Amino acid sequence: MPDSDARPIVSIRDMHKSFGHVEVLKGISMDVPKGGVVCIIGPSGSGKSTLLRCINALVPIDSGSIRVANFDVHSLTTDKERLALRREVSIVFQQYNLFPHKTALENVMMAPIYVLKEPRDEVRARAIALLKKVGLAAKQDAYPGELSGGQQQRVAIARSLAMRPEVMLFDEVTAALDPETVKEVLNTIRELAAEGMTCMLVTHEMRFARELADTVYFTDGGVIVESGPPAVLFDQPKADRTRAFLSQIL
Amino acid sequence: MNSMHAIDHSPGSTDLPVLLPAAACMARRVAAERRAGSPRLSLRAEHGAVLLAVFVIGCGIAEAQAGADNPSILATLWKWTPLLARGFVFNLAISFVAMAVGTAFGLLLGFAQLSLLRPVKRAAWLTTHFFRNAPWLVLLFYCMFLLPFQITVFGVTIPLPDWVKATLGLALPVMANVAEILRGAMQSIPTAQWESAASLAFSRRQTLWMIILPQCLKRMLPPWMNLYAILTMSTVLASIVGVNEMMTLTRQALSAENRPGLLLSFYSYVLLWFFVYCYPIARWTVRLEARFAVNV
Repeated sequence: MPDSDARPIVSIRDMHKSFGHVEVLKGISMDVPKGGVVCIIGPSGSGKSTLLRCINALVPIDSGSIRVANFDVHSLTTDKERLALRREVSIVFQQYNLFPHKTALENVMMAPIYVLKEPRDEVRARAIALLKKVGLAAKQDAYPGELSGGQQQRVAIARSLAMRPEVMLFDEVTAALDPETVKEVLNTIRELAAEGMTCMLVTHEMRFARELADTVYFTDGGVIVESGPPAVLFDQPKADRTRAFLSQIL
Repeated sequence: MNSMHAIDHSPGSTDLPVLLPAAACMARRVAAERRAGSPRLSLRAEHGAVLLAVFVIGCGIAEAQAGADNPSILATLWKWTPLLARGFVFNLAISFVAMAVGTAFGLLLGFAQLSLLRPVKRAAWLTTHFFRNAPWLVLLFYCMFLLPFQITVFGVTIPLPDWVKATLGLALPVMANVAEILRGAMQSIPTAQWESAASLAFSRRQTLWMIILPQCLKRMLPPWMNLYAILTMSTVLASIVGVNEMMTLTRQALSAENRPGLLLSFYSYVLLWFFVYCYPIARWTVRLEARFAVNV
């Protein structure tokens, strides 16, 4: 369980981001304690995915600050610094984005071998263990094209975990899946959270958010409208906008 | 109030289902042609049949026109076949060398187009487009008449016979087209692959060599083979600048025979040779394309 006195592992202050003339994030601030699970909900186009991409520097921010572990993300200037950050923060995408020319096992092994420069045998053992953990031990030699969406997504999670990150970001990881396979992916994330991994999820799975999150953030129009423990936010939302959104999807 | 926020879930798909198979097929073809940067060769078995028919008719006409003392048309063709075959082998040799040289330099040019240095990128782009859009024959003439007949490097004199110059002339457009094929393949890789690699802390160079290019190779193969087939057919251009390849030899054979009736049969004979060589390549290209389209 998160310790509220500990320094947050992710700390965002008044973050702004525009694409051209469109300001998608208009002053976001949030803290995520180590081991915490945070869910970000909100209508499409409210900047949720951009928020996650800013945290691991895939998208540069315009103003404000982001601190992750020992990195000041907003002031990273060289590729080297950005790459160092990404060893600590890993992201899983909605569309899995596995490397289609590599098997499931190779997908998991590549980054530790070529980025972390770890010995192949060690990485292999760890990768096999990770695939087993996500329930895909039997599929290690399958290519992404031969796997279902849910299986691909679990390989993608294993691939991120192989980097031994401090923080995992999940960007609508179940949005592209059919209902039966959503569960298998959510179970994997549930286990991770139980093991104390710091997780930030952008999700439309409200039941999952309610069950798993320590804090839920509701964003709309580039700002955080409301945040709080799931029991409070889902059952006694304060803002009208939150209430309107929840009444539509619950 | 909530109803004001209702989201419109209409998929907006107004496509006529009847048109879908044809549309998918055409879209694939257009995409392939855009990647290849040149129209896709579509050789079919029927085309071969038509060629054969023309050849047979040509032979019939020649036979009918032949005087009593002339040897039969087939015997005449057979007599010249070894020489023509030697010419054809020369065509193939030119196509191999031009393809190899063009591919090597084309890949370099393609990579230069991806450079982060603006001048390099710009120069590579200009070079590519100049050679891609210049007529092949003009390039060939440039090489024939602007290159010296020999070059001296460090005291070693290397002769440049006509066929070498012709091969270089053909290698230039091949180079530009290969560069374009590479660029097209790179652009066809979803940007999500770059993003995904970046999120795993791969450097740009690692991403390029380990993730993007291996995926490109597969996509480049069909347009590259198509380009080869087009090049093979273009090697006969070398006859205009006097290289002793199949077309030149055919013309010589015809003038030696001095029977105008042989024209149709001889030239359709040459066409048949090229068809027999290029047809399997074209079919194979189409098959590879279909296979890659399914499991990319």
